[in-house]
Amino acid sequence: MASRYDRAITVFSPDGHLFQVEYAQEAVKKGSTAVGIRGTNIVVLGVEKKSVAKLQDERTVRKICALDDHVCMAFAGIVDNFAGLTADARVVINRARVECQSHKLTVEDPVTVEYITRFIATLKQKYTQSNGRRPFGISALIVGFDDDGIPRLYQTDPSGTYHAWKANAIGRSAKTVREFLEKNYTEEAISNDSEAIKLAIKALLEVVQSAGKNIELAIIRRDQPLKMFSAKEIELQVTEIEKEKEEAEKKKSKKST
Amino acid sequence: MALQDVCKWQVPDTQGLSPHLPEAGGWAVPRGCDPQTFLQIYGPRLAHGTTTLAFRFRHGVIAAADTRSSCGSYVACPASRKVIPVHRHLLGTTSGTSADCVTWYRVLQRELRLRELREGQLPSVAGTAKLLSTMMSRYRGLDLCVATALCGWDHSGPALFYVYSDGTCLQGDIFSVGSGSPYAYGVLDRSYHYDMTIQEAYTLARCAVAHATHRDAYSGGSVDLFHVQESGWEYVSRSDAYMLYMELQKAPGLEQEREPEPEPEPEREPEREQEQEAEVSQVRPGPATPQDAAGGGELFVEPEEVTAEDDGITVKTEMI
Repeated sequence: MASRYDRAITVFSPDGHLFQVEYAQEAVKKGSTAVGIRGTNIVVLGVEKKSVAKLQDERTVRKICALDDHVCMAFAGIVDNFAGLTADARVVINRARVECQSHKLTVEDPVTVEYITRFIATLKQKYTQSNGRRPFGISALIVGFDDDGIPRLYQTDPSGTYHAWKANAIGRSAKTVREFLEKNYTEEAISNDSEAIKLAIKALLEVVQSAGKNIELAIIRRDQPLKMFSAKEIELQVTEIEKEKEEAEKKKSKKST
Repeated sequence: MALQDVCKWQVPDTQGLSPHLPEAGGWAVPRGCDPQTFLQIYGPRLAHGTTTLAFRFRHGVIAAADTRSSCGSYVACPASRKVIPVHRHLLGTTSGTSADCVTWYRVLQRELRLRELREGQLPSVAGTAKLLSTMMSRYRGLDLCVATALCGWDHSGPALFYVYSDGTCLQGDIFSVGSGSPYAYGVLDRSYHYDMTIQEAYTLARCAVAHATHRDAYSGGSVDLFHVQESGWEYVSRSDAYMLYMELQKAPGLEQEREPEPEPEPEREPEREQEQEAEVSQVRPGPATPQDAAGGGELFVEPEEVTAEDDGITVKTEMI
């Protein structure tokens, strides 16, 4: 019936909550973890890759996407269906990609990271205030460099708000990862590109089982396009991290003896 | 949205242009006529005839223009302003129909201000030129005549774009627009180079306009000179064209940096009334002007885009 279809889904509760939006945020907490780090000259995105079924082609499960040459995003949210990329995210990514090119056409300049984040956030907010629609069930981490060479990291959530972060995590166990980052995000940790990458991997290793194979990593360096790490490169980084850990432990035990 | 399909209600587009602009093609003309032919035969004879020039160099962008507004053989205003400030770092030289130029510049100012508020910074000069040309191209075929050079300074340094009302938008180092532009180009092409000093640039601009006013009947009055730098635009001088030309004839060559009597006027706010008149009411066809067989149309605007980056496209949408 027309009247039932037209009723808004996201309405206020008596005590001022938008329950649909809050339920969407719960859905986000079920998604796989994603972590973003803003270094001095580099931005890093790392995502936990859920193990795929035996017969599934691994390459079709991609959670880090380029929006333009200088901007990319990772997302966490609604159930990873094994058919491929999460459906809600796909819609948002598509609209964002079109907007990036549209902006270039009309304004003759590439988008700033803040602009495209604001666009995505506005899009999400529209869906919390339309009848017949539900909010998007994803949070996104958007990273990139602006024309002025400054690195940026933004996070959006299903309600349509966005904030800038130095480092953040979304999805399952986001709290644990964020606490790890708060302890370990220091000026020296991010001053070096490889240190920043290691920090991202270390943060993910806190919550990911059997590391290496279950991590997807991407970086953007200033004035360079997005670079996805291959499984081998990630393995290399993980082995290095484990070596460093061992050496640190050896030193500790030496001191104590 | 669910309702959209039922009620055909459109979400208002806040990202696009404000809706106050009149709909293109909405002219009330007698049945059987198309607007363009109608205007060509019965439309008002609008004012043309000018010399404006702009060039970019290391220290910014120079914009210069004469000040004569003519309508046929009648000088409607000997002291008009043909260089319009858009914002702190952008000027536009105007040629074509004065009324059209002034109106479109006001629309452009409003659109830029809105974008500045939304995005936190003004669009680049390239974006502004794109915006102006797309706004005007909606009215293509309706006798709009605006030939303008946007001179500005943005994050990429000095920037110069030529925009014409049929939608042409070109980037270049030197542009001269108007009936006196061939004469100005001759002088400019002789002595222009990117690494000029500021004084050399001022002299070159004044010389070019002065020579054009000497030979072109529809240019004259005074020579306005503007300079856009990193810190913003500056109204350098207004000098009488005849005096300027006489001074130049005495001087041995362009290397002489003697400044003719400049009459610097205080900088005016962009909101001040323009001195240009809208000569729409003058319906007299200019007797000394060649008109094409169809009954005349745009007469003296020859937008020339002879620049280093020009790859041979000539825009001559009006026949003379």
